[in-house]
Amino acid sequence: MLSVIVFLPLAVALVLAVAPVPAAPSRWAWLTTSVVVLGLVAGVWVGRDPGASGLTAEAQVPWIPSVGSSYHVGVDGLSLPLLALTAVVFVAAAIHSMRQDDRPRPHAALFLFLESTCLGLFVAQDLILFFVFFDLSIVGMYFAISRWGHGDRERSALTFFLYTFLGSLALLGGFIGLAVYAQPHTFDIPGLVAAAPLQGHPVAGGFVLGALLLGLAIKTPTVPFHTWLPPAHTDAPTVGSVVLAGVLLKMGTYGFVRVAMPMLPGSWRAWSWAIIAVGVVSVLYGALVALAQSDLKRMVAYTSVNHMGYVVLGVGAAGLFAPSDAAAREAAVNGAVTQMVSHGLITGALFLLVGVLHERRGTYAMDAYGGLAGPAPRLATLFALAAFASLGLPGFSGFIAEFQVFTGSIALAPATAVALLGIIVTAALFLRALQRVFTGPTTGKAQGFTDLHTHEWLPAGLLVALAVVIGIAPRVVLDTIAPAARSVVELVSR
Amino acid sequence: MGMNKSVAALLPELWLLVGSLVVLVSGSFLPRRRLGWVRALTAAALIGSGVSAALALAGPDQLVYDGTFAVDPATGAVRLIAVVATLLVIALAGDELRDHLRQAEICALLLLATLGTVLLAGAHDLLIVVTGFLLASVPLYALVGLTRTAAAAEAALKTYFFGSLFGILLMAGVIVLYGLGGETSYSVLTSSLTTAPQGPLTVATVAVVGGLMFKAGAVPGHFWVPDAAQGSSSFAASFLTTVPKLGALVAVYRLVVMLPPESRAPLLVGILAVASMTLGNLAAFYQDDPRRLLGWSTVSQVGYLLVPVAVAGRTPLALGSLVVYLAGYALTNLTAFAVVAALPQRRTLESYAGLASARPWLAGALVVSLLGLVGTPPTAVFAGKLAIATAAWDGGAPWLTVAVLANSLLSLFYYLRWVAPLMRAAAPSDPEVTRTPRPTAAAAASGLRVATAGAAGTLVLGVLSGASWLLFSGAVLR
Repeated sequence: MLSVIVFLPLAVALVLAVAPVPAAPSRWAWLTTSVVVLGLVAGVWVGRDPGASGLTAEAQVPWIPSVGSSYHVGVDGLSLPLLALTAVVFVAAAIHSMRQDDRPRPHAALFLFLESTCLGLFVAQDLILFFVFFDLSIVGMYFAISRWGHGDRERSALTFFLYTFLGSLALLGGFIGLAVYAQPHTFDIPGLVAAAPLQGHPVAGGFVLGALLLGLAIKTPTVPFHTWLPPAHTDAPTVGSVVLAGVLLKMGTYGFVRVAMPMLPGSWRAWSWAIIAVGVVSVLYGALVALAQSDLKRMVAYTSVNHMGYVVLGVGAAGLFAPSDAAAREAAVNGAVTQMVSHGLITGALFLLVGVLHERRGTYAMDAYGGLAGPAPRLATLFALAAFASLGLPGFSGFIAEFQVFTGSIALAPATAVALLGIIVTAALFLRALQRVFTGPTTGKAQGFTDLHTHEWLPAGLLVALAVVIGIAPRVVLDTIAPAARSVVELVSR
Repeated sequence: MGMNKSVAALLPELWLLVGSLVVLVSGSFLPRRRLGWVRALTAAALIGSGVSAALALAGPDQLVYDGTFAVDPATGAVRLIAVVATLLVIALAGDELRDHLRQAEICALLLLATLGTVLLAGAHDLLIVVTGFLLASVPLYALVGLTRTAAAAEAALKTYFFGSLFGILLMAGVIVLYGLGGETSYSVLTSSLTTAPQGPLTVATVAVVGGLMFKAGAVPGHFWVPDAAQGSSSFAASFLTTVPKLGALVAVYRLVVMLPPESRAPLLVGILAVASMTLGNLAAFYQDDPRRLLGWSTVSQVGYLLVPVAVAGRTPLALGSLVVYLAGYALTNLTAFAVVAALPQRRTLESYAGLASARPWLAGALVVSLLGLVGTPPTAVFAGKLAIATAAWDGGAPWLTVAVLANSLLSLFYYLRWVAPLMRAAAPSDPEVTRTPRPTAAAAASGLRVATAGAAGTLVLGVLSGASWLLFSGAVLR
């Protein structure tokens, strides 16, 4: 079943890449495929034993037996929410692209290819398989930016590729290290989790964790490895930004909970203060730099650094050694995983909405607009909702996530409370952006602005609605995440 | 087993030898308009060699002719890869050769050079190493000089000069080893060299390994590679950056396994590996001619290929990873050259602008081959890179793993410099780039065929790499 989910988009992508399908059927093929994938993922989720902590829908076929690598897929409470997020984000992107008229056939093919790589990464239970999808997502996004982007797109795409490829190579080095220390050599994720091959090798373990952290931190991205992100987002096409922020960034943080924490528990605990520090700095620095932006899309991009910082803070705090505080550490991991989903939904929506500005008027500069709420009430309403969700207002998914991260990490390390300032700064910057762009008399490029069309408000509305559902009824997601988070905490405490 | 003189064991080599003679002779009798037959004969000889090599894989590992030649998985792999690679070169050369008066001679030279490579790979005796070296080198000088341009003449001269120099170095090393061990057969040297004095042994090791670096196209024997890649005709360039390497690398592999640890051969090969990949990458950085860029890229690629050789005998993964990488590299490199051959009028990276819309299949094949050379999954070279990086760490040389990964990042930059223009709209003012390259339509067609087949092959080989690895894992005969 998981193999069908992963390879169905790829199969459609290949057909679209080769056959001269006209524009409209290409777009519909993308949308239909993504909806089918979403349905299949929902089927896996519903059919899963609730509260279970092991893998479901598992499949394993030998692949490169000499080094212990196999085609091994399966999902658990950590991967299922992200798998579902991927499916939802790609449906939203497909709807938004229903009016895309710049070579729609290869465009649809490329994004279906990207969808396969993202889905594949979250179901992979083998490090090499994980790496294959990790690397291919970079290739796909490179072409999305360099071909369909705007501005200085080739340069941004090159920066993106070089930077994230550096990360992927560091990651590969770490993976090889893990496999070489395992006896017999294996790249199997459950096998390596059970073996924790570098326990008792503090120096080698430190190096391997360092390589993994470098690779994952670049992808996430955290300070100081975030510099590729703003240009990539600024010059990426709208749906490219949506996929990049909504899904691709999660690959880094997912790697923390899937690979680094359970496989290198001793080293993770030894490094946890450094990880917490990076998380806190990312939260504060991301928020402050976002505050200083005059370009709306760059601002949203920098808030990603801030939001992903909460995730890093949460997983870092979970490594603090205090056996009595298992509940606090579980809360921190729960919050971190919830934040991955929440950020994907909310930031996806924000990028969909911000993209409309560039499509209509060719600029993201906040000063170019004023009183946009007048001519474009639908845009204003949705943007306000997404902004409130993003700054962590109760009733939205971001609140659920950040509340848990802070409950957990402040209980474990009171000093992390300093990261709360990030929430205040984020609130300030979103309110200021709302005020500058949407309120007051209609001026500048806001005059004569056409409000959102169906293909524009529908996907953004879908993502915001899901953020509200999780905010109001979080148990839908939390009941799935919690058992897996508990087992991560147990594994990292070994 | 040493006295085995079974002719059948050398059937794959005989196909090549007899094939080259038949092609050469028939070339002088066939009327000019029937000359195309020699390409069919060449292909038949190659296919015959490949089929008998595949059948031999199922047979027992053995040393034949007084232990001078090893028939084992390493030889078997090179027999197959070299034959397939040369077949692709013939397919690529098809239209370039069609009206060539000397096509019989060219085909014979290709067959002899392929035979030389296979001899090098299977050589289990220092004298066979020298024979293989000469047989693989001499035809190259003629192949490089075929094109009558100043660049080709210079490249031929350079290749010849460095070939002679490194050949002498190799022979000097062989003489010293013979003096130290009293024999040229590896079976004897393995034990007799263990008591050899260190100083002369190190000198001999440096000379023999260094001499073979010319055939491998690695530092320090690499100077001819970029010139030859740029100056010679497309098929010759694709052949000489691919096939001779195969034999040279396996020959060094056997040497490392044979030489006693005091020889420092593993460390020497490791240093040459790092030097090759780094120098090749740095030199390729700002090349603007695609052929020259590919020439430097092959220098860096052979650096990666030397990594498993440096840990030969110290990890069970070494030979398998070398073979996986060799197969992937040969296919990927030929694919890239096939694209270049199909677009002879595009001589700068910038002139590739607009290729994605004008020639989508060629652009796709180029992207697959360049990303393949970077080592992006799921291409064959990715499987190779993963394999060699794992083998290096497992063989006690994690610094080589780090060098491989760091150099992969370096290489990404210049391969992307070539990929980036593909998506761009073609510059309308560029008179060189026309959408219908009339004069070379035939070359374009054979280039396109080989390029798409190669690109598809590298993806398939990448996904199925597990199987090929199983087939060729294990150790070389000692």
